[in-house]
This record gives sequence, structure tokens and C-alpha cells, in this order.
Amino acid sequence: MGNFQERFYLNFIKDDRFMYLWNGLIITLEVTLFATLIGICLGFIVAIIRATYDRTGKLKVLNAICQVYLTVIRGTPAVVQLLIMYFVIFGSVNVSKILVAVLAFGINSGAYVAEICRAGIMSIDIGQMEAGRSIGFSYTQTMWYIILPQAFKNVLPALGNEFIVLLKETSISGYIALQDLTKGGDIIRSRTYDAFMPLIGVALVYLVLVLGFTKLVSILERRLNQSER
Amino acid sequence: MSDNVLIRAEGVRKSFNGKEVLKGIDLEIRRGEVVVIIGPSGSGKSTFLRCLNLLEVPTGGHIFFNDVDITDKKVNIDLHRQKMGMVFQHFNLFPHMDILKNMVLGPEKLLKREPEKAKEYAMALLERVGLADRAHAYPSQLSGGQKQRIAIVRALCMQPEVMLFDEPTSALDPEMVGEVLQVMRDLARERMTMVVVTHEMGFAKEVADRVVFLDEGILMEQNEPEEFFNNPKNERLRGFLGKVL
Repeated sequence: MGNFQERFYLNFIKDDRFMYLWNGLIITLEVTLFATLIGICLGFIVAIIRATYDRTGKLKVLNAICQVYLTVIRGTPAVVQLLIMYFVIFGSVNVSKILVAVLAFGINSGAYVAEICRAGIMSIDIGQMEAGRSIGFSYTQTMWYIILPQAFKNVLPALGNEFIVLLKETSISGYIALQDLTKGGDIIRSRTYDAFMPLIGVALVYLVLVLGFTKLVSILERRLNQSER
Repeated sequence: MSDNVLIRAEGVRKSFNGKEVLKGIDLEIRRGEVVVIIGPSGSGKSTFLRCLNLLEVPTGGHIFFNDVDITDKKVNIDLHRQKMGMVFQHFNLFPHMDILKNMVLGPEKLLKREPEKAKEYAMALLERVGLADRAHAYPSQLSGGQKQRIAIVRALCMQPEVMLFDEPTSALDPEMVGEVLQVMRDLARERMTMVVVTHEMGFAKEVADRVVFLDEGILMEQNEPEEFFNNPKNERLRGFLGKVL
């Protein structure tokens, strides 16, 4: 296994090569985190519009716009969306690649979050809305105080899953030459001509992250459920 | 206009997908009066009750509440609903809040009550229905009868002028019906204005000032309970009472 140690040294220790992975990891997490925030905000707004339309028939125009958004985003690959964002939408202006990635992934994620949240809102018994309205709350107030907290709790596992999917999805950031975790491993590979070490290393980091977040989501879920049972 | 009339329904009609379930109903509810609405299932009695606070928007006719036409689109219905408590067949407590929070949410957010004051009032009501010790329980920890009693006091927390009951005992196990009816009986004794849709004929006989019979979306008969049950004039009502009594 002397060979292993040598390769480990060559790929990670020599010339501080692990810094490619470390810096890449920071960028991956940054992009994932901010994209998730955008995704959740966007997703919730779209979900509320769609659920309102489903239940009351109002917001027809907004609903149509949301439909187009969902169709386009879910009907095209994320890589293509990322490339369009970078080379077409921001093609002629000089903006940070991180910002481009955050926007592209946020808008992409929003479409999936929207459908998750819509299902969550629709899963709340219609009697809850009626009870809220009968007390005198407006539609919006009832949504805010009564429906959304319950819906959020119901969709939390699915949202956690979406976060994990997004975390892995950001590995395509290399397409716009953003040095995320995957790209970091790739750079090492191009320096050392060793594919095994950096790629397995990158895979392990993703795996640990995903396992960590899975655990975190399940803890949060248990916390939220304590109140009801 | 009679100063004692709290709610006046005028020619209320309601259709669902072209099927007319209410065919023009006129009814006046006076302050302090307990009106019980009975009728076979599908007669439109629940729909009519839900029209009174516009949970169902009538397709025709008018509802006046305190002489304001609340079916007018320009009226802010939310403000009027604050004064109309409603109790549902399936309780509809908010499962993510404890009992006390369920009760004070409306008073705090809508009536802008001080949290302390709202809590005090809620606790007093809980005391009255014998559930003060459950203030911090969650709805899922309560029995059906307890849930419905909470639903009633939650509505009372808003200090409404009228209470609407939509089959409040229909989803309960038989041994829990009594405790809920008792709370309603107490309310009636305090001269709370109540409109009750129910299948509990005993309750109607004992508590109602007036009983109304709806069938096929038409108000067939209304009378004080004694006349209503002992001397029904309407053919259908006679048939219905023959079946349920």
C-alpha cells in the first residue's frame, strides 16, 4: 500500500492540492445554500399562486405565468439552463460566476420546490381554511398563520431531499468554469494525471455532506413533530 | 326594519355546477334566539348555514347581518365574520397550535387584544367547559367531545354576536354527544343567538325557540318546537319526523 500513500501525498498534500477541494467545497456550499434560499422563496410564491388558483379560481394570469415557468424549467436540463444564464442572459456583462450559478440553480430549484409546496398546501384539509376564514381571518392571513405552517411541516422531508438533490446538481458548475468541489477534483486530476484519488475523494466529500444533511433534516423533522404527537 | 333582527336571509339561492340546492330561502334570526334547522341529508341545510357567513357565496338573494347586506361584494366580509362564530362537524382545530393558542389567535391578531387579556379570557372560557387543565395540550391529544367543546369556546373567544353550528355532534361517538350539547344548552341559557343544524331532535325540542324544516332546498315549515313536533302541517315534515322520532 506504499503506492497508496504516495498517491495520496501526490494528489492531496503536495503543493497544498487539498485546497482545490476545500475552496471548491466552500463554493459548492455557498451556491447550494443561496440557491436553496431563492428556490424556497420562489417555490413558495409559485405554490401559493397555483394552490390559490386551484382552490378559488383566482389569480388566473399569474397562474398561467407560473405554468410556463414550471414547464420550461422542468422540461430542460439544468446544464443548459446554467449555460443560457451565463452565456446568453449575462453574456455581455461581467458578473461573478457564483452569482450566475446561484441564480440559475435557484430558479431551477424553485420549480421543483413549487410543486412540492403546492402538494403540501393542497394536503391541508379544506376545513382548516374554512375555520380560519370563519374566525374572520382573510385568505392571506389564514394562509400565513394556519395553512403554511402545517404545509411546511408536511413538506420538510421533501424539501430536505430537494436540498440534497441541489447540492449534487451544483457539480455541473464546472460548465461555466466555476471552481466548485467537482471542478476542484478535476483540476487535481489534470495536474497529477491520476483519476482515482481526486474523483473518489470528491465523491466521498459529497457523500459525507449528503449523509450529514439527511441526519439534520430528520432531527429537524422530529423536533417539528413533537408538538403534534 | 325590526330592530331585533340580527340575520335576515332573503331569497337565498345556491347552485353547485348547475344543480340548485337552495331554491330561495327567507329566514329571520332575532337576537337571543335559538333556531334549529333540521331536514334530510342533501336538503341544503348545511349549505344554507354556510351561506349565512358566506363560506358559501349564494348565487342569488341577500344576507343581511346587522342590517348590512354582506352579500354585497363591496362589504369586507372578514370584519363581519369576526362577529359570527362557527362550529364545524369536524372541529377544524388548528393541529399545530396548543389549545390556548388556538383560542387566542383570533383575538390577538384580529381584535388586537393584549396577549395577557386574551389568555385570561380564554382560560375563563376553558374553565367553564371544564377543560382548563388541557390548555397546553394539542388537539390530537383530545377526544372528539373535548375537541368540539374547544371549537365552541374558540369561536366564543371572538365574542361573537351569533354562533353557527354545522352538525356539531354528527362526527362524535355517541357517549360524547351529551357533553357538547350541554355546552350548547348553557350558551342558549345565556341568550346567545344560535343557528344550529343538527339531527338531535331532543336538543331541538328542548332548547330551540324555533325549528325550521328544510327539504330539497326549500324552507317547508317553521314553528316553535311544540307545534312543530306535535302538530306538523307539511306533508314531508310529517314523513321526516315519522322516520326520525
